[in-house]
Amino acid sequence: MTAYLDHAATTPMRPVAIEAYAAALARVGNPSSLHTAGRAARALVEESRERIAAALGARPSEIIFTSGGTEADNLAIKGGHWARVGADPARRRLVVSGIEHHAVLDPVEHLVETGSAQVSWLEPDRCGHVAPDDLARVLDELGSEVSLVSVIWANNEVGTVQPIAELAEIAHAHGIPMHSDAVQAVGHLPLEFAASGLDLMTVTAHKLGGPVGVGALVAGRQVALVPLAHGGGQERQVRSGTLDAAGVHAFAVALDLAVAERDVEAKRLVALRDRLVEGAMGLGLGITVSGCWRPGDVEERVPGNAHLLVPGTDGDSLLYLLDAAGVEVSTGSACQAGVPRPSHVLLAMGYSEREARGALRLSLGHPSTDADVDAFLAALPGVVERARRAARRS
Amino acid sequence: MRVVAAMSGGVDSAVAAARMLDAGHEVVGVHLALSRSAATLRESARGCCTLEDAGDARRVADRLGVPFYVWDLADRFATDVVEDFVAEYAAGRTPNPCLRCNEKIKFAALLDKALALGFDAVATGHYARIVEGPGGERELHRGVDPAKDQSYVLGVLDADQLAHAFFPLGDLTKDEVRAEAAARGFAVAKKPDSHDICFIPDGDTRGFLTRALGERPGEVVSTDGEVLGRHTGTYGFTIGQRRGLGLDRGSLDGRPRYVVGIDARAHRVVIGTADLLGIEDIVGVDARWCGAVPAGELEVGAQVRAHGEEVPATALVLADGRVRVRLAQRVRGVAPGQAVVLYDGTRVVGSATITQEY
Repeated sequence: MTAYLDHAATTPMRPVAIEAYAAALARVGNPSSLHTAGRAARALVEESRERIAAALGARPSEIIFTSGGTEADNLAIKGGHWARVGADPARRRLVVSGIEHHAVLDPVEHLVETGSAQVSWLEPDRCGHVAPDDLARVLDELGSEVSLVSVIWANNEVGTVQPIAELAEIAHAHGIPMHSDAVQAVGHLPLEFAASGLDLMTVTAHKLGGPVGVGALVAGRQVALVPLAHGGGQERQVRSGTLDAAGVHAFAVALDLAVAERDVEAKRLVALRDRLVEGAMGLGLGITVSGCWRPGDVEERVPGNAHLLVPGTDGDSLLYLLDAAGVEVSTGSACQAGVPRPSHVLLAMGYSEREARGALRLSLGHPSTDADVDAFLAALPGVVERARRAARRS
Repeated sequence: MRVVAAMSGGVDSAVAAARMLDAGHEVVGVHLALSRSAATLRESARGCCTLEDAGDARRVADRLGVPFYVWDLADRFATDVVEDFVAEYAAGRTPNPCLRCNEKIKFAALLDKALALGFDAVATGHYARIVEGPGGERELHRGVDPAKDQSYVLGVLDADQLAHAFFPLGDLTKDEVRAEAAARGFAVAKKPDSHDICFIPDGDTRGFLTRALGERPGEVVSTDGEVLGRHTGTYGFTIGQRRGLGLDRGSLDGRPRYVVGIDARAHRVVIGTADLLGIEDIVGVDARWCGAVPAGELEVGAQVRAHGEEVPATALVLADGRVRVRLAQRVRGVAPGQAVVLYDGTRVVGSATITQEY
């Protein structure tokens, strides 16, 4: 019996989504074909587009299907930047938070390294919040040269939720479009594209019970994008490639369910999370929670997210020992060839490299139960003791 | 026992891990990340530490059905192996980084971490044998494949380290290991052996040292002190080296010339004829013994470089802990910084680092 506590990495598909996926996979038809089979596939895609738009508070024409979150982020950052620079060569600067996922961070750094962009980073506070005043200050000074602002909706490591609408309003006051990576938020937090004021928003299916390999960039109709890949001109001419009818269908089914259950599920997950955090901190091992955590809070932090710092340990030792005890977790930070590096998110939040070493991200999802939390809390004391011994030896 | 199988991604460590599992141990595969710049994909005929190697190791672990992790020992490796390697060359010595890696990384940093995490031992794909001695102590012996025997680079291990080591390939030849890997369906069965120093993947040691140390020009002189030419760094030379001396004058009286001495402090490389290379008296420091420190004069076999012949010798531990080794015949290419490993039959008795004073 294993306790899977890594739902922010990926979560099991909902049975209804699997059913819908399998049924759609069995049918032939390229949505771009003009015959009956093609029209049927197209109808499935468009019906899914409408359902997804409705669930996200967007218009169907604003949904650009992609292969997932990474592609959508790249399309927003690179495609959005290139389009804006093309229209106004003076706008070469990106304004980006220091706690983005690598799918945003790396395209930004690529643009900077290749001489296509400059960047101003918005550093968060110790909680992981980006201050609207900081954005206002940067834009007051440099607004005329900015192409795009991007701030992650809910951070993938510490779960901190950003004041997106407030930030978007500031960007708009300077005539600058705003993007947000909402991969960790969608299906878990109330999220309305139109009301948020965003111009671009990234979502993906597999973090909410849909399949891996399908996501979308929600792009306001006014937003110009340069395609990353050229081809058949699907998806408003910005995302060529045969549409994955089965994938988007399963995405729509999973999203509908996640949104329908969201408020009840959020309260359930918050209760589990609070028990997990309180239990870990109550072991007398010096464990702290990173980011802002208030018991019962369902707004400032993704409900299923717990992020713990275990002083005097290395995250990879904790991960191994928990894995051996049947508890599957993440260190939260990106890996290089399987080696966790100190998290850029924690460093940006002001934690030292030493503090950031013993990081554990635990993320609960729709199948999580009290038994998962119990398994983690039962394993933790022995695991921490061993991991500390290992850290002292190295 | 609970065993960490160190898995480089090569064929040897793959078969070693499989054999540990067959022997009934609880095995976890661990690949060591030893470089910060591992983000290269290349056919790893030379060296280690590429993403491809980590992936190959992972696939073997998958096939065996054992857990697999990558442990980051890059900092320790940089300090204990790479910096040591550079410092040794800078001091005019010729280090053996594989030996240092076994001593400081695989059977120190890795073993310590494994023990702390609750493992009992580390297994590697080295060609050497561990044999239980008459008193139950673990003895290190040569592997049965004379072409692959790696006991020389393990000779630095002490009794404590050996007590937590497994070398499951010691009874096999390389051909047998490859055949076994193929029979087990490992994709790495035909992967080429690595030959070079893993942190110098292009094989250009002199270029690596030049980048690390900068140019340190000096004179190339004869044993009489006559200046024969100039060089850009003594670290580009090894005792016994014949090629690449960069001299504009011909040979000494028609006889081939070799590096016979390196004086790093004076930036001087000394050139002489072959007869000067024959050494029969060696002093070793930093001696490591596989068991108790031997008393009195020992009749041993001595090996002075990784793929060198063993020659009969007598060894005596001096009062200050140094070891004096008298070889029964003159041996060429004895380089300070290399290890002299002492054998009793196939058993490793101990080792020491060869010093300048001979």
